[in-house]
Amino acid sequence: MNRRTFVIRTVAAAGALGIGWSLLPPRGRLGDRDTLPAKPGEAALNGWVRIGTDNHVTVIMSKSEMGQGIHTTLAMLLADELDADWSQVRTEMSPQRAIYNNIATVVDGLPFHPDDDGLIRRTAEWMTAKVIRDSGLMLTGGSSSTKDLWLPMRQAGASARAMLVRAAADAWQVPAADITVAKGVVQHASGRRATFGELIAAAALLPVPGDAPLKTAAQFQLIGTPMRRIENATKLAGTATFGIDVALPGMRYASVVMCPTLGGTVQSFDAGAATAMPGVLHVVQVDGYHGGTAGVAVVADTPWHAMMAVNAVKVTWNHGAMADLSSAQEIDRLAKVLDTADGHAYYSHGDVDMALQSAATRIEAEYRAPYLAHAAMEPINCTVQFANGRATVWASTQVPGLARRAAARALGISDGDVDVQVQFLGGGFGRRLVVDFVGQAAAIAKVANGAPVQVIWSREQDLRHDFYRPACVARFTAGIDDAGRLLAWRNTSAGQALLPPILRRLFDLPGIPLDKTTSEGAFDQAYEYPAARIAHETVPLPVPVGFWRAVGHSHQAFFTESFIDEVAHMARQDPVAFRLALLTKHPRHARVLQRVAALSGWGTPMEPLSDGSRTGRGVALHSSFGSVVAQVAEVRVDAAHVLHVTRVVCVIDCGFPVNPNMIRQQVEGGIVFGLSAALHGEITIEKGQVQQGNFNDYQAVRMAGTPVIEVEIIPSTEHPEGVGEPPLPPIAPAVANAIFAATNQRLRPLPLRLARIESTA
Amino acid sequence: MIAITLNGATVSINAAPDTPLLWVLRGELHLHGTKFGCGIGSCGACTVHLDGVPVRACVTPLSAVGARVVTTIEGLHGPEADRLVAAWTHVDVVQCGYCQPGQLMSACALLRATPQPNDAEIDRAMSGNLCRCGAYSRIRAAIHRAAVPAPSAD
Repeated sequence: MNRRTFVIRTVAAAGALGIGWSLLPPRGRLGDRDTLPAKPGEAALNGWVRIGTDNHVTVIMSKSEMGQGIHTTLAMLLADELDADWSQVRTEMSPQRAIYNNIATVVDGLPFHPDDDGLIRRTAEWMTAKVIRDSGLMLTGGSSSTKDLWLPMRQAGASARAMLVRAAADAWQVPAADITVAKGVVQHASGRRATFGELIAAAALLPVPGDAPLKTAAQFQLIGTPMRRIENATKLAGTATFGIDVALPGMRYASVVMCPTLGGTVQSFDAGAATAMPGVLHVVQVDGYHGGTAGVAVVADTPWHAMMAVNAVKVTWNHGAMADLSSAQEIDRLAKVLDTADGHAYYSHGDVDMALQSAATRIEAEYRAPYLAHAAMEPINCTVQFANGRATVWASTQVPGLARRAAARALGISDGDVDVQVQFLGGGFGRRLVVDFVGQAAAIAKVANGAPVQVIWSREQDLRHDFYRPACVARFTAGIDDAGRLLAWRNTSAGQALLPPILRRLFDLPGIPLDKTTSEGAFDQAYEYPAARIAHETVPLPVPVGFWRAVGHSHQAFFTESFIDEVAHMARQDPVAFRLALLTKHPRHARVLQRVAALSGWGTPMEPLSDGSRTGRGVALHSSFGSVVAQVAEVRVDAAHVLHVTRVVCVIDCGFPVNPNMIRQQVEGGIVFGLSAALHGEITIEKGQVQQGNFNDYQAVRMAGTPVIEVEIIPSTEHPEGVGEPPLPPIAPAVANAIFAATNQRLRPLPLRLARIESTA
Repeated sequence: MIAITLNGATVSINAAPDTPLLWVLRGELHLHGTKFGCGIGSCGACTVHLDGVPVRACVTPLSAVGARVVTTIEGLHGPEADRLVAAWTHVDVVQCGYCQPGQLMSACALLRATPQPNDAEIDRAMSGNLCRCGAYSRIRAAIHRAAVPAPSAD
């Protein structure tokens, strides 16, 4: 199937999700004062802001705060256009309405090469945006929040400001054009002034303007400045409410044990001993929801009683279809598939076969990436109350729209009878884009006679019943000429697709034919290959897989950026210079790479160490979610062959930097998260059971292992692009390339494990 | 009933002696600042002080508390705590924030024992506190910032 067919099918599928094709009017995302529930002493000026007579400005958050700082950034966008004082601003989670649906992430999901700016792409993006606006979902993911709301939040702020100005003009009988607003005070040249709180009652009665002018960049007061996180105080005091901190009168607690074999079911269980334990109220069998695994839950009066009792339930499991599954064998099978499969070419240019035949040197390599768990600090949990045919869900979720649907289905009620209250997320990283635990919690709450039930998974359940980053194997062939110039590039990878099962489970769709996330990071990079074929072969496997921070980019960047390093070395060229020669028509990418080389001291010798350590630098360049990132990692391999990543220099071009402080946080965090995966991350499955269960055997980087991280943000006036994920993909290849520079070891499987090389004694 | 001294008050608790202090705090007393992360003392999200010493509440049975004074994030006060919170805010350490009460508890115990810790001492004191958001370099900077300034040379 060609790309055109795919796009049309995708758009048709997107339409099928929905309730209608009608376009919202141009100002459709502004909403009006009826979008928000009323609050005493406050009035809404549109769907994004309420102002209180006490002068507080409440900015409505349609995105989940999971550490990425989006509540701060979104509040900045609106408050700046409103000319509010930052100290009067607070945030509140939105209800579920169409205006809060995420458009950007779905549009970004279309499988186009970044250089493709043709009619098909623009038509597909426009049609998709149109459909998603009405029929899509509230969703926080895909590094899309700022780009999704860059204009709507600002328009909402500007519209609200115009209403306050109009109210003042009417009251003072002066032209609106003579009124200024600064730091929450509305003022006229005559000296008359009023606070927002004094004007809100009158302003709220005015029509909502859809065309209020936006500030120019030169007029920004908050936007573009390094603002601190708005919810710092509660998070430091321990009073911020994460999903697991929800406390309700009469609340019960549930603990679950799922079949240790993925996809298994309960054959029978003996609850006798558990029922006799203190505080136990119910023991209930629960199905697997949305790709999750079935199990048994104990509902008790306290969390500890539930946890103790669930271990006392004697369960006989049906281990099911994955009873013999071994991840090592499956990954070998992916490699074997590549012996014969060509895959679907997501990018194809020139005659690769001919170019390879004419090459002076051909280079081949195979790379592998394992399954990974998310391991967010806040274990999976969900609170549900089901009473009188209606349900309320309190959850740390990235997808309240899907959470609502999951609860409704589990309870056999309609979506409209479910209210979802999104709490702070103790980390998301993509795990909380899946709603298995919401369906499960709703099913458990069904037995609680109207009491709210909080389901808390143990860390072991969290790690063993995740939706894992898919394992993947990639093979490369490159050809270079006598002068060391790249002639051709062939890359075929094999692995599971993650979108089709998710769409099937959630929307009963037969599945989309292609899944861009499988090949993203491989086919969509900027390199100007003289000839290239970049393909992916989808191999259906039953392992539950999902979105893991940076998704396909997380491993494809490792493959591509490691292999291009191999080719550069084979061509006896400097890895930075080799890449730059392939970026002559991509100045944005070239600039990022040149800056990271300059900042890191690329090309200068590293300080010699007298203790027998070897050191090296490695570089990687990768673009994802609209941003371009380059990193140089410095490593030291000590005399005992222990690897230390000592310094990482990172340059990011993410378009206009809305909040440079949050961008730096995400860069630092993305590097550490990626480093944990690069050095330690591996989920293995034997007999269908995940072998890792806690932080003692699923290790992550800690304080001592954190390198010095230096960040530069490229100044830009372009549209803001993604930030939460793009800093992650380059770190694994940068470190792998540095290890090669230090040791001559080319590590091709992840995680990066040094072989004991020659004795230094 | 078991009585413990918690954040300056005596509290009677109706829970089995083997109940982990974490679940006494969260499940019985509804003090939610102390977080559940792993249940095996491996992540530090549940760090509290017993007589000022940082311990993992998830592997500390109620019966082991005895006469020792329990301090949680809700009861963390004093000059070191104030300086740490100010430094955490200034440096803007927090991302998701779930691990941060535990990080602050460990950092406060460190500063009380070692007013001017060097990097190796910070590594040691903070090695039990996992942060999946990767805020480590800011945590380190904030601890240095909160450390007692060196006495002036005059």
